[in-house]
Amino acid sequence: MATKSAHHGDNYINFEKGLWSWLTTVDHKRIGLMYMISVMFFFFVGGVMALLLRLELFAPNATANVGQVLKNGDVYNQVLTYHGAIMVFMVIVPGIPAILGNFFLPLHLGAKDVAFPKINLLSWYCFMAGAALAILTFFFNKIDTGWTFYTPYSIRTGTATVLMVLGAFVMGMSSVLTGLNFIVTVHKLRAPGMTMHRMPLFVWALYSTAILQMLATPVLAITLLLLAAEKLFGVGIFDPALGGDPVLFQHFFWFYSHPAVYIMIIPAMGVVSELITTFSRKVIFGYTAIAYSSLGIAAVSFFVWGHHMFVSGQSETAGILFSFITMLVGVPTAIKMFNWVATLYKGSISFDSPMLFALGFLFLFAIGGVTGIMLATLPIDVHFHDTYFVVAHFHYVMVGGTLMALMGGFYYWFPKMFGKMFNENLARLSFVFIFIGFNVTFFPQFILGAMGMPRRYFDYIPAYETLNKVSTVGSWLILTGFLFGLYAIVQGIRKGPKASMNPWNSKTLEWQTSSPPPHDNFAVEPIVTAGPYEYR
Amino acid sequence: MMWFNIAKAQSFMPTQGTEIAKQVDNLYGFLLITSFIACVLVIGGMIYFVWKYRRKTPNDKTAYISHNTFLEFLWSFIPLVIFLAVFVWGWYIYHNMRAMPKNALEINVLGKQWAWEVEYKNGYKTVNEVVVPIGQDVKILLTSSDVIHSFFVPSFRIKQDAVPGRYTALWFRAEKLGDFHIFCTEYCGTSHSGMIGKLKVVSREDFDRYLEQGQEERNLPLAKKGEKLFAVKACASCHSVDSPAVKVGPSLFQKFGHEEEMDNGEKLKFDENYIRESILEPNKHIVKGFPKGVMPTFQGQLNENELSALVEYIKELK
Ligand code: HEM
Ligand SMILES: [Cu+2]
Repeated sequence: MATKSAHHGDNYINFEKGLWSWLTTVDHKRIGLMYMISVMFFFFVGGVMALLLRLELFAPNATANVGQVLKNGDVYNQVLTYHGAIMVFMVIVPGIPAILGNFFLPLHLGAKDVAFPKINLLSWYCFMAGAALAILTFFFNKIDTGWTFYTPYSIRTGTATVLMVLGAFVMGMSSVLTGLNFIVTVHKLRAPGMTMHRMPLFVWALYSTAILQMLATPVLAITLLLLAAEKLFGVGIFDPALGGDPVLFQHFFWFYSHPAVYIMIIPAMGVVSELITTFSRKVIFGYTAIAYSSLGIAAVSFFVWGHHMFVSGQSETAGILFSFITMLVGVPTAIKMFNWVATLYKGSISFDSPMLFALGFLFLFAIGGVTGIMLATLPIDVHFHDTYFVVAHFHYVMVGGTLMALMGGFYYWFPKMFGKMFNENLARLSFVFIFIGFNVTFFPQFILGAMGMPRRYFDYIPAYETLNKVSTVGSWLILTGFLFGLYAIVQGIRKGPKASMNPWNSKTLEWQTSSPPPHDNFAVEPIVTAGPYEYR
Repeated sequence: MMWFNIAKAQSFMPTQGTEIAKQVDNLYGFLLITSFIACVLVIGGMIYFVWKYRRKTPNDKTAYISHNTFLEFLWSFIPLVIFLAVFVWGWYIYHNMRAMPKNALEINVLGKQWAWEVEYKNGYKTVNEVVVPIGQDVKILLTSSDVIHSFFVPSFRIKQDAVPGRYTALWFRAEKLGDFHIFCTEYCGTSHSGMIGKLKVVSREDFDRYLEQGQEERNLPLAKKGEKLFAVKACASCHSVDSPAVKVGPSLFQKFGHEEEMDNGEKLKFDENYIRESILEPNKHIVKGFPKGVMPTFQGQLNENELSALVEYIKELK
């Protein structure tokens, strides 16, 4: 037990002072905050690009003066690529595990830190280095491949792709290191009495995600290296001109990227489980089912990648098999939804802003989920594939799902992280704008997709104009919502009233220490005697 | 089954140009309705519960219900059955989509940045326009000369990638006369969104005539082809070709290789590129003595091959 000496403050924030103490810290809480600042910055950049894309799509180019903000198709395609790549690789994939996971996993387990604190710091540096490489390309040779880097287009277009791919590779390493760290932490550092079945569901989610990160990310890494080799040395794996197979790249790519979709959503499900029990003040319904369905989803997600390729020229039989397995993944997902709703039954529900985000998650994820089943259905996907229906679907899942959970979790744990309270009304206002704006932006895109508007379109036929206009207006509402949220956060950190140890009356361990927690988390090592949600 | 169709699907989906489109819409309609019911159950249930059990006092007593095996079985089993039913139904339609009919009319389509090149069995070629007879099985044989493209006809609910280095195929039987959009849905660079073609469904007779015409045209020497186009596209109504006499527009007789004075005093050489420009952007340069804005642009109405034919014809007006 570290004793507090005079220059070591009473919490992790004032424990040591100066920028250097942050850049060399091995405290998981500080690393969590560093991730938070980086991810918020990338989210801002990706968000500005999204607004530009939407502005361009406000009207077809035939209409004079509007709908021409991005000059031409090339610029649009570049902005689209950076928006997609930044949001996926720098915001949603690292988001919850790196910020909330890093901060709260050890606290949830009653541990002092993660298993390998120095590797934890290293993974932040990897993340920043990878991101820097990727963003560097923007300044000398913008890439326009889309975040999926499909061959042979990616082999033929500009040269910066190699650097970009290298960036993604390095960020992937960061992801693997975090996963490794979390798995060992869960197995080795649980407090006395903390059995696996007494772990909070957020920990279960992080654990399942970590397994996915460890197993899937290397596949992406190899694929990206092969792509770089193809581009630099023309080895002829993916380039049909050299006898390669372009569809092979898609197989490799989705073998990672489909599980990656679950890397993005499972942590969100973990957060939502915490929020729903806390704000209903009720034990979660079906703890075991939720815990194991995360693992189940993680396992099955390796066998469904082909549902991204129903029209790519893969065989009919393959299409049928992939459709079948995809339907099976639908089941554990549905179970979770029902369990959350059942948890509300006979609870005592408060409408604090974190709970609003959790309820927003349930709402949007339900829509994302049912449209996912539609896309898994073979002939329907033939029509919807690569149209705006898909754009709407993945935004409902990734933004409506993951981002909602990230923000809900952020507001929930804000008092613990900073020892201050934020302005509740501002946070609620932010939620209302984001929620409404989100639906106004993305719901019309389902209809556009059904009507046949392909994605990655810089311009479109006049029939699609009205719905695109509505969608663009929605993006301004989202922007407003985020500005309110940002203001709430900054105000909260600067001037918020002091938070108590456990403002939401939650049961999990992180609330049994002071806010903000001391450098080694707990003044006395906790001993666990019951499950995480014993609200009686 | 029809009511699903009427229910919702049709109000979002484009016109149903094929039988398959109807089948797809039936399944989609079914999914829309079941999805709607599922959302009403989940979201409605959520809203009902949060309202009914909203916190009334700071120390409300809550129930301790950790699980319920029967319920959990039920709500795993019911979705599973629905998903599997949908899967089998989808399989059936997908199989119809993928099983290539025998004796289909075959048309080769080559995707390239950023156009669709169409070639019929008799060798007739067009760009961005596929013409097919109504009520006949048509098989489109796809490939690409550069990157991956994807051939999508929303009204027919069919889509297939065109992959360089291999052939893929799709088929349809059009049931409705008219023009339908062909989009490229696999991102292919700069003008991906401009890669739009037209699929024209015509009567059997019109189709035969179309092919015949194409056949004839193909065998004509370039200049003859141009002569025909000059008439068909009504260029002849404004330009004379056998005397220097001026009609609405300047005469084209014996012009090639000479200089032409513009209304701003500039002198331009009457060469191949000048002819091309005058057809595609007629108002960019106006010949001295003629009003602006009379000639319409032919941008998008002539393919490269036709342009060359016209140029060749005008060149040879001696
Ligand atoms: C303010 C909210 C957002 C708006 C208005 C927005 C808008 C857009 C638009 C217009 C596109 C182009 C679609 C196309 O042409 O096919 C797009 C693509 C995409 N967005 Fe967003 N977006 C937003 C937030 C996000 C977030 C938070 C993520 C995080 C995962 C995200 C991930 C993506 C991805 C992966 C693509 C695909 C890029 C590609 O096709 O290469 N977006 N978004
Ligand atoms: Cu294309």
